[in-house]
Parts: sequence; C-alpha cells; structure tokens
Amino acid sequence: MSDETGVQDAETEDAAPEPEPVAEKHGVPVTDSLGQEVLHPSREQYRDLVETLRGEGYLVCIDLTAVDYLAHPHRSVVPGVVPERFELVVSFLSHEHKARTRLRVQVPADDPTVPCIVDLHPGADALEREVFDMFGIVFEGHPDLTRILMPEDWDGHPLRKDYGVGAIPVQFKGAGSEERS
Amino acid sequence: MSDTEAEFADLIAQTSEESQGLSRGSGTDRLREMGAVLRLSEADAAALEGEAGDPDQTMIINMGPQHPSTHGVLRLMLELQGETVLRTKPIIGYLHAGMEKTGETLTYLQGATNVTRMDYASPLFNELAFALAVEQLLGVEVPVRATWIRMLMTEMNRIASHLLFLATNGMDLGAVSMMLFGWREREEVLRFFESVTGLRMNHNYIRPGGVAADLPDGWEEDVLALMDLIPPRLEEYDTLMTGQPIWRERLQGVGVITADEAIALGATGPILRSTGYAWDLRRDMPYLAYDELDFDVVVGSYGDAFDRYAIRLNEVRESMRLVRQIVEGMPSGDYRVQDKKVTPPPRARIDESMEALIHHFKLFTEGFQVPPGETYAAVESPRGELGCYIVSDGGAKPYRLRVRGPSFVNLQTLPHMMRGGLMADAVAVISSVDPIMGEVDR
Repeated sequence: MSDETGVQDAETEDAAPEPEPVAEKHGVPVTDSLGQEVLHPSREQYRDLVETLRGEGYLVCIDLTAVDYLAHPHRSVVPGVVPERFELVVSFLSHEHKARTRLRVQVPADDPTVPCIVDLHPGADALEREVFDMFGIVFEGHPDLTRILMPEDWDGHPLRKDYGVGAIPVQFKGAGSEERS
Repeated sequence: MSDTEAEFADLIAQTSEESQGLSRGSGTDRLREMGAVLRLSEADAAALEGEAGDPDQTMIINMGPQHPSTHGVLRLMLELQGETVLRTKPIIGYLHAGMEKTGETLTYLQGATNVTRMDYASPLFNELAFALAVEQLLGVEVPVRATWIRMLMTEMNRIASHLLFLATNGMDLGAVSMMLFGWREREEVLRFFESVTGLRMNHNYIRPGGVAADLPDGWEEDVLALMDLIPPRLEEYDTLMTGQPIWRERLQGVGVITADEAIALGATGPILRSTGYAWDLRRDMPYLAYDELDFDVVVGSYGDAFDRYAIRLNEVRESMRLVRQIVEGMPSGDYRVQDKKVTPPPRARIDESMEALIHHFKLFTEGFQVPPGETYAAVESPRGELGCYIVSDGGAKPYRLRVRGPSFVNLQTLPHMMRGGLMADAVAVISSVDPIMGEVDR
C-alpha cells in the first residue's frame, strides 16, 4: 500500500499507536500497546475470556477501570472492533508466567451493562463498584452494586466526561433545602 | 533450638508447596466464606436501628469514621454475635477528593503534584508510577543516574512508610512507646527527604523525564549516617515487641488469610507475602534497575497479623541493604533526560537563549504533548502493587488517569480476616492491613 501514497501512509501509520495486522488470541483480536498485550473482546466474549485466562494462570484481577471516550471519539481501536463511548479496561496478572494482559471491552452509551466477574475474581468486587459509581456502568449479577466512593444519594457519575469539573455545590447530608428557604 | 528450627523449615516447605499448587477453581471456591462481606445499605442499617433486640440475634455496630485506630477515615459496619465478628462492611469514600478527575485537568508536569497526595505515607511511589507511565508513552529513555536516584529515594520512602506502620501498629495495640519511636525514626528519614526535595512529604520530586533536582552535596554521608542510626533502633523494636509475649499473644493467629484467598481478592504486598507466597514486583517483574541489586523477598508463614508486622520490620532491613548498594553503585551523569521538549532548561540558559526562554514558557504554560496511546505501569509500593494507567489523546493533559491503589484492593481482605475473630482483635487486623485512606479514596 506504500506504493500509491507513500508519504501519507507513513504519516497515518505514525499516528496510530497500534500495529496494522490484527492477530488473534483465544478468538479475540490482540494488539500490542507499548510492549503490553491488549485483548479486545466483545461484551459477549468478555466473561468466557476471563475464564479462559484464569485457566491459563492469570489468577489475579489486578485492576478494573473504565474510560469515557466521549471527548475523543475518533480514537484508534483494532479494525473490526467498533469504538463505543465507554471502554472497560481490565488488567490481569499471572504470577506463574510473570506476565500481564489487559482487556479492553467496548461498552455502548445507550446500554452501559457488562457481565460481572466477581464470582470468578472476588477481588473485582470493589473495583466494579467503583466503576459503577464513577461511570454508571452496570455490572449484571454483581452481589452489591452500590456507590462506593460517593455518598449513596449522589447524582451523576463524576468520571464521565460530561460531568463538570468546575464549581459543584458542597452537598451536606441531611442539611437540606428547608434551612436555606 | 534445632528442633524448632527444623519444624519451622518444614512448615516453610509446606506452605511454599501449597502456594505452588494454587487452585484454579472458581473464584468463590477459593474463599472459605463469601459471606464474610456484609451487604447492607446505610438506609437499611438506619431502619434496623431502634428495633427491639433479641439476645440471640446478631447486632450491627458502627466503627469509625472518627475512630483513632481506623487509620484516618475508614468506617466499618460490623455484625456481631456477642463478641464475635460475623460480617464486616468497610465503608469508604470519606476522603474522596476526585483526584483522578483532577488529574485530567492538569498537565503531565503538574500531574506529579496531584498523584503524590494520594498515598501520603509513600508519596514518591505514586510519583514514580506516574512518571514511568508517562515515560512509556513518551518513549523517552531516562538517564541511569536518574533511575538510581529514584531507587534510592523510593527505598528510603519504603523505610519511612514501614516505620510509620510500626508506629501506628504499636499505637493501635497499646504499645504507645512504639508510636513515639516509630515517628522519631521516620522523622530522621523525612529530614533527609527535606534536604533533597525541599519538602518532608508530597515531594513532587520524581517527574516525567527524571527527577526534579540532583542529590545535594554530602548526601552519601547523610544516607550512611541514617543507615547506621536505624539498625540499633530496630533491635530496640525487637526487644520491645517482637520477642515480647504480650505482643505475640495479641497478634499471632489473628486475622489469618491463606495465599489462595489473598490472590483471589487481588491482595498484594505484605498481605500476600505474609501467607508465604513470595511475590515482589521488584524481584519478579523488575522495573528501574532492581535486577542489578541483590536483596531478598521477606515472606511469612501463617498469614496472620504477626507475620505482617514481622515482614514490614524486616523489609526495613532489606531496604537498608538496598540503599547501601545504591550508594555504592550510584553512577554519575544527568539527573533528568536532556530532551528540550520534556525537560525545562536550566535557569542560567534562560538569560542567554531565546529558545530556552520559549521552551521554558511553553513547558510551564502548555506543558508537553504526549503521543496518543494507553499504558499501565506498576511499582511495588510498601503496601503492594501501585499501578498507574494513563490514556493519552495526544494532548498535554492525560485523557484518563487511573491509579490502582494497593490499599483500596487490600481493604477487601478485611472482612475475610475478621470473620470469626473477636471484636477486640478487629483493631489489630485493620492495623495489619495498613490502609492509607488517601489512596483508598483518592
């Protein structure tokens, strides 16, 4: 492809952080992000993949978080994976192989639900609650999906990109409108 | 004496064998009791209040957030049957400051001032994880001296952090003199930090591209004086606590956790190592230049609160061993990368060169651009794996800054350690987890 528009191609390739050919692992596209292995399962494949990885020795769910790509929609994902607003990022660690792997699951804004993996990795409990609290992503089957960092009666999900950073009125529990009026 | 030693060796062999054959069963199988976690909302708890109590029934009591031994603002909801703890629910968020959100509004140069405030007992580790992640995205190679300075500073920070643990652990269990000793020694380490970074805490010293300033003149003497000062003090701690029957009675067999449970719950650091499972990122997935240094990973054998105490005490000794090697091997050279797009020019250059002035101005107003991408960098903090996940959209600020605080994940082991224990031991267990709430809530 470099024959036709060599210069332009080189530029676009530079801009894309992930390499072009899509390799597969466990039936899921796999890419390399700065030397780190990244798997891109769909929501349907996600749970099965976590189970497969655990069988392979990835026994620790070291991190589970999400990213809201509202302000950055034209990002590069692997060909074949449709970028959605939210992305669930789950990191696993294998003590046995001394290796890490990362899963990036696309989660659409109109249906932000993801299967829960707490029964497979009990350590994901608080992490999933945090993602629910901060991004409003619902984990189906979670034993106790409640807010963890924000107060129980808080409105909104702070780490979403459409949630303002600016002046937010301080919310005092119990001290409500009757005092002000 | 040899009998007990042989017994001990047997036990170590056993536990390490056990940890080799980790179960691959489903996650819930790996835990003795999933029911250790109390699932009860605050509204439900409030509704329960004032109901007529049946003496056979369990009671829910609240501990914290304003309780001197819950380490800051940790709150626990405990279900008790008599004196026995059945289920526990840690309630966190009282120190939530939205630091991940704040991180998205600060440039990469300012970012270090933000992350350093997360785990305030070991601020340099936060800066290190952040700097490593940014450097991976930038693709810059940090000078060797900067790497070694980072190792020196973080190992000193590990000493300071563990001394703080020893102090608070002693205080929680009524050994108040230990609290004074621990703070006293920690202050000596902080004094060294002040001479290097200008601040006792929240240093903003390790920055993307290197460190903020070179080590001051005479730093070797300061470090070596500290290394001579601390060992006899640690001997004092041994006399005061390690061999003391009351201390042992209070901690041994309390808050036991197995390797399987710890791994299933994602626990890292001294909690995982106390189960006899040797996992230390410095040895197993080396970062900086730890592969060039010689040190041991300290492990326990029973997974109880005493092991976690002993591990941290001995990790201070290991860190001192590392510091001595670092002082010997400290290379000369630059302390930060000489990339003009990342590193501000020296003050003197600004007077002579227009380009230097422009670079300086641009760096501190706009910051530097980081190529788009995402990466995860992890370091072994005193509390476990401290990870930093950064997504860059090509701008001068992180698109998403995520810090995986070890305390946040480690707190999940609390209900499992407390289950079936006495209410009076709860404080010992909390203390042995060593949570830093700034990092839990971020």
